[in-house]
Amino acid sequence: MPLITANNFFEPGKRYFRDFSPGDEFYEALLEAHQNLTDEQSAQLNAKLILLLANHIGDIAILREAMALAREDTE
Amino acid sequence: MLSTYRYPKFEYRTPPELMAPGKAGRYPVVVVGAGPVGLGTAIDLAAQGVPVLLLDNDDTVSLGSRGVCYAKRALEILDRLGCGQTMVDKGVSWQVGRTFFRDEEVYSFNLCPQPDHHRPGMINLQQYHLEERLVARAGQLPNIDLRWKNNVVSVTAGEAGATLSVETPDGFYTVTTDWLIAADGARSHIRKLLGLDIEGRVFMDRFLIADVVMQADFPPERRFWFDPPFHPGQSVLLHRQADNVWRIDFQLGWDCDPEEEKKPEKVIPRVRALLGDDRPFELEWVSVYTFQCRRMRSFRHGPVFFVGDAAHQVSPFGARGANSGFQDHDNLAWKLKLVMDGKAPDSLLDTYTEERGAAADENILNSTRSTDFITPKSRTSLLFRNAVLGLARKHAFARALVNSGRLSVPSHLTRSRLNTPDEDGFAGDMVPGAPMDDAPIAAPGGEKWLLSILGNRFQLLYFVEDAAGIDERTAATLASLAGDAVPVEAVVVARSGAAPSGLRTVHDVAGRIAERYDATPGTTYLARPDQHVAARWRVFDPVKVQRAVAVATGNAVPNLMEAA
Repeated sequence: MPLITANNFFEPGKRYFRDFSPGDEFYEALLEAHQNLTDEQSAQLNAKLILLLANHIGDIAILREAMALAREDTE
Repeated sequence: MLSTYRYPKFEYRTPPELMAPGKAGRYPVVVVGAGPVGLGTAIDLAAQGVPVLLLDNDDTVSLGSRGVCYAKRALEILDRLGCGQTMVDKGVSWQVGRTFFRDEEVYSFNLCPQPDHHRPGMINLQQYHLEERLVARAGQLPNIDLRWKNNVVSVTAGEAGATLSVETPDGFYTVTTDWLIAADGARSHIRKLLGLDIEGRVFMDRFLIADVVMQADFPPERRFWFDPPFHPGQSVLLHRQADNVWRIDFQLGWDCDPEEEKKPEKVIPRVRALLGDDRPFELEWVSVYTFQCRRMRSFRHGPVFFVGDAAHQVSPFGARGANSGFQDHDNLAWKLKLVMDGKAPDSLLDTYTEERGAAADENILNSTRSTDFITPKSRTSLLFRNAVLGLARKHAFARALVNSGRLSVPSHLTRSRLNTPDEDGFAGDMVPGAPMDDAPIAAPGGEKWLLSILGNRFQLLYFVEDAAGIDERTAATLASLAGDAVPVEAVVVARSGAAPSGLRTVHDVAGRIAERYDATPGTTYLARPDQHVAARWRVFDPVKVQRAVAVATGNAVPNLMEAA
């Protein structure tokens, strides 16, 4: 299965009436996770988060694809 | 000051209390504040037969254009009040919003991508035009007593109602009222006089609003820029309004000097940079604002109700201010009417604050999320914001995260105790508590839209293929609901035929009603007077309908054993 780049956020058992709601909910949670951290602490949190999610995904082909897309337009 | 608009000056008249001094007037309902929401409240109640005294401390409409965007649901409510068309005729209808990052478009949305809806996703209309039209509509209703230059200076509220002291150019007078509705805006004087709190969050940012008159060929779309070359590091929002007036919002940041920023020599170069050419334009109105997201804990205090900005406030990104205010009175008016008529208990009025409080929370949540995206509070949130905008060019998931404002849509009141939970299976969004979807109809009276025949009373939509095929007994049972203590009008929704017993029949000409309501023959929907779903079933059962009406009006639920 290739990397999913379509909107894919949801929470099991939760009903959404507006398409934008699940993505907004994730984004709010992400910013909350960083609340009151210094820039250095935030960078650490981001690194740990990537590692946790990478292990959850597991499929290294997918992870390589995501890393390549993230690298685009970054240099 | 304004080159495209002449402010009306409404006539002050000496109130009857001051013609015969010493007598305190007694009124069933007093509404304070003749802005969009106060006028809407007064019209809503008066159109349902309730006499309303409406007090306003000024004698004209909104100074400056202020509120601009009126959403589909607000237009549907204004249709119910009998003045939606005049707003649409004057306003600029639009559906599409485009979002740019630096100089590239990264995301666009369509507010109403579905076909076959009467009203557009949004209209843009200067607040003074909206208010002028509402005042005209109020003037058509003889049971609205609208008094300009009547300023409430004190209020007491208790079991027996509220007492107000009112200041006029001719002196002071006192009125008492069974019910008081405060629609006096964000800085509500009534709220302060009663010593009530409103709590929430202030955002540390400032925005410049400029209304500009010019000839421009931008399409009627909302345009939003993050970090554009003509206003680096900040955001800009552009809306087209009536009469070639354009609304431009420039984000300024917290540290700017608001007085300095309002000066034409500061504003004109900003507008010029946005336009990028030499076309002539004229500044019509300029203001610098900050905003808060906050709400009162309860919108009801005994005989006093708070509606609109007096009860709750949001950031302007999302147009959830005035739009939610219209939904407030949409929710309150029918409940108050039932209680005044002795057809529902006082506790029904508590569901106003429950239902609209949940809606206010949803509006505040969405508006806070938009604001956090537009105004990142830390380096990390700026980093994420710009990463989303960078990815949005290529990836759909990131486009869905771009948040330049989640525009006003009505809440689904799914947790309301007025709903009867589903016992049958249904697909789609028309759950109990949902604001009802519009769809085309054909009807003997010439009505063309479902919502145009709904509202102001409980109604039962009964779906069949051929209306003529309804048996006499079912038809008589449907018709008999109109004689209940809380009357229910049956409406047969069919593909063809006319129902017996003179039952009202409409034809689902495009099949959209059946599609949007997941209706099959026999499906029955109970609609509230504010066009929300109260209950639905796959089979019509009059006992279940009566139980659901009782639930939806806060009345004691009839004994089932008797019916079984």
